[in-house]
Amino acid sequence: MTAVEQEFLKVIVFQLADKEYAIPVSNVQGIEKLMHITRVPKTQSFVKGVINLRGVVTPVIDLRERFGIPVLNNVETTRIIITTLDEMEVGFIVDSANDVLDIPMNAIEQQPEVVGSNEEDFISGVAKLENRLMILLHLNKILNP
Amino acid sequence: MELNQYLEMFIEESKEHLQSCSDNLLELEKNPTDLAIVNEIFRSAHTLKGMSATMGYEDLADLTHKMENVLDAIRNEKIQVNAEILDVVFESVDHLEEMVMNIADGGDGKRNVSQTVAKLKRIESGEPILETIPTVVSSESVAESAATTIVSENKLQLEYDDFEKTVLLQSIEQGFNAFEIAITLDDGCLLKAARVYMVFDILEKNGDVVKSSPTVDRLEEEQFDQDFKVALITQTTTEELKSKIQKVSEINNVVITPLSKELFTQSAVVESEKPLESPVGAVVEETPSISPNEVKKEESNQKNTVVKHATSKTIRVSIDRLDILMNLFEELVIDRGRLQSIASEVNHSELNETVERMSRTMGDLQNIVLTMRMIPIETVFNRFPKMVRTLSRDLKKKINLEILGAETELDRTVIDEIGDPLVHLIRNSVDHGIESPEVRLANGKPEEGNVTLRAYHSGNYVFIEIEDDGAGINRERVLKKAISKGIVSKEAALSLSDKQINELILSSGFSTAEVISDISGRGVGLDVVKTTIESLGGNISIESTEGVGSIFSIQLPLTLSIISVMLVEIEQETYAIPLSSIIETSIIKNSDILNAHNQKVIDFRGKVVPLIFLDEIFDVPRAESKDDEYHSVVIVRKGDKLAGLVVDTFIGQQEIVLKSLGNYLTNIFAISGATILGNGKVALIIDCNALMK
Repeated sequence: MTAVEQEFLKVIVFQLADKEYAIPVSNVQGIEKLMHITRVPKTQSFVKGVINLRGVVTPVIDLRERFGIPVLNNVETTRIIITTLDEMEVGFIVDSANDVLDIPMNAIEQQPEVVGSNEEDFISGVAKLENRLMILLHLNKILNP
Repeated sequence: MELNQYLEMFIEESKEHLQSCSDNLLELEKNPTDLAIVNEIFRSAHTLKGMSATMGYEDLADLTHKMENVLDAIRNEKIQVNAEILDVVFESVDHLEEMVMNIADGGDGKRNVSQTVAKLKRIESGEPILETIPTVVSSESVAESAATTIVSENKLQLEYDDFEKTVLLQSIEQGFNAFEIAITLDDGCLLKAARVYMVFDILEKNGDVVKSSPTVDRLEEEQFDQDFKVALITQTTTEELKSKIQKVSEINNVVITPLSKELFTQSAVVESEKPLESPVGAVVEETPSISPNEVKKEESNQKNTVVKHATSKTIRVSIDRLDILMNLFEELVIDRGRLQSIASEVNHSELNETVERMSRTMGDLQNIVLTMRMIPIETVFNRFPKMVRTLSRDLKKKINLEILGAETELDRTVIDEIGDPLVHLIRNSVDHGIESPEVRLANGKPEEGNVTLRAYHSGNYVFIEIEDDGAGINRERVLKKAISKGIVSKEAALSLSDKQINELILSSGFSTAEVISDISGRGVGLDVVKTTIESLGGNISIESTEGVGSIFSIQLPLTLSIISVMLVEIEQETYAIPLSSIIETSIIKNSDILNAHNQKVIDFRGKVVPLIFLDEIFDVPRAESKDDEYHSVVIVRKGDKLAGLVVDTFIGQQEIVLKSLGNYLTNIFAISGATILGNGKVALIIDCNALMK
């Protein structure tokens, strides 16, 4: 196997609790610092509300709550990752945005059977890179319950 | 030549000229003797002809040219204006419109107009307009003109541009002969192009061909009937030339008309290109017997047209760009808010001054940005006079259409959508509303029916009304029909109000006309009207008195993107309530609140109004439970129902830009959208209709 022929997937890596997650760069529009969120009543609890993203009203969801991880108070490193899928723009609240990485396609494996929380539905695969384990997310499933 | 870049301009300008043609034709119908109007139409037609010829739309240019000939004859008082002639001219304008529409849709603007052309030709030659086969007639008329003596031709048969005129005039001055030669080929001629070639060969040997009609290209492609015309400069004589041409076989007839200097000077006056001054001169010169009174009238008319031509210049901007401008402007508004708060903190006098001045400028800018998308409803209305005229002729009814408030402005997006519904409604009024003249006379009404189209602003809405003094709605018949079609049940029908019965005709699958006519469609029209109007956030209602007439009233929002709201606060959250549903605001005491069936209500001006506590509906998180003596209430309405929305504080009234919540959040209860406030935060817009069941 030669390095030249390898195919890579460019991803944004972010942190939720003690795990690292990844979303393909092609689905990410930007990373924003936390800003004022307007609550939208009568929506699911993980929908935190809407933000003003440079003149566009964009909904924001809390990924911790979506994955059933205990919710933390927002901290200095908290970021909103703006994702886009099928003309939908949605912001994800994450603990911190860590990295932009090229993951070789052959480093991506199907998800292991036991993960231990209800986040497994949203996982499309797992990538091992040196000492890091990154969980690749299935945007479609996160956005369409 | 690359003409594509001019195409859009050509189409827009053509539409404008055609519109002015039909407007003026309608005017002419009312004052058939007013030659100033004819001049106006002639000018539009002439410009159109020039433009279409330049753009290479031969059919368009050709038909306009034929129409122009008739108009020319009218303004030179060779023919009298009558209804038949106007019908044919209207028909031509219709054809021209179709052609332009075809070109706008990417077509080549070709259309079979031979019948109309034949009619125009017959009018021009002063023959009665008969429904005979066009080709026969045209050859007949050529034969006739051949039979009349050559000398009696005192009008130029060909159309010359300035250059050609100069060439011809100079040749005549230098002693050459200039001829117009009309050549007719045999009916059975097989190789027309070959004969044309032979004729041209002879002509070129004997002199110079200045112009031919149709053009040489078209002649070579055999795109002509049997006859063609040529202008020639030569030293040979008429007889010599004639005998030479007639040597070519399969030639039926040759008519040679010598051109004289006078002919050009005469036509120069008529054909003058200076639109503003010369027509007056032309009219006065050519009709010296005209009475001073009439001259005055014409002059005043002329003044009117001068004013018309001085209307402001415009450029066309795509609506997308306006949207982008609007978005950028909103950003600016938000930044201004921040700047203002920073300035007040810093308290620097020069900074304050600058921020203040910037705020003022932005206020003006805001007005301009917001009104830029507004255009007068005239653009929709102006096609109706002609439509009603055609309809009333087809239906043999006498109808007078009155348009009021055409200057009323509406958002561009609404204007684009409202045209078709209005066409349906007007057709409906003309077809089903207004009775035939006999019936009207028998019912003691004037023979002529009236249809009034009215537009006006009221609050945040525009109202458009279509009123007719026709038969009105026969409610019994409507009910019977609705029951038989299963639109309402017999039981439900008993409890319907008159208004509700009227509005049954807007249901789908309903057509009350006994005979389906192609004018007001097949009963699918009116429910489409209703759907379109409702999709624009408006509504339609009908008032009708049988035997007296009906009023269709459409209520539309001024714009789809900017609305006036009242901002209110509940705890830390700001919400916007559309002003259009607010009746008034008031402060109530705890003791004013009454209980009725587990529902808190208040007595508002003698009416029992239920209270809706927005903090409960929207689950607003409360730091501590609030127990005030006084409550701020916004009284809102849906139809004739009222409700009181209880909020913490009123912030004030504001114009806001409507934004959607995006594709992820859809169908949120009682929220119709969002907007961005001056401080950069998002505020949700409350949908009052959803709060009231």
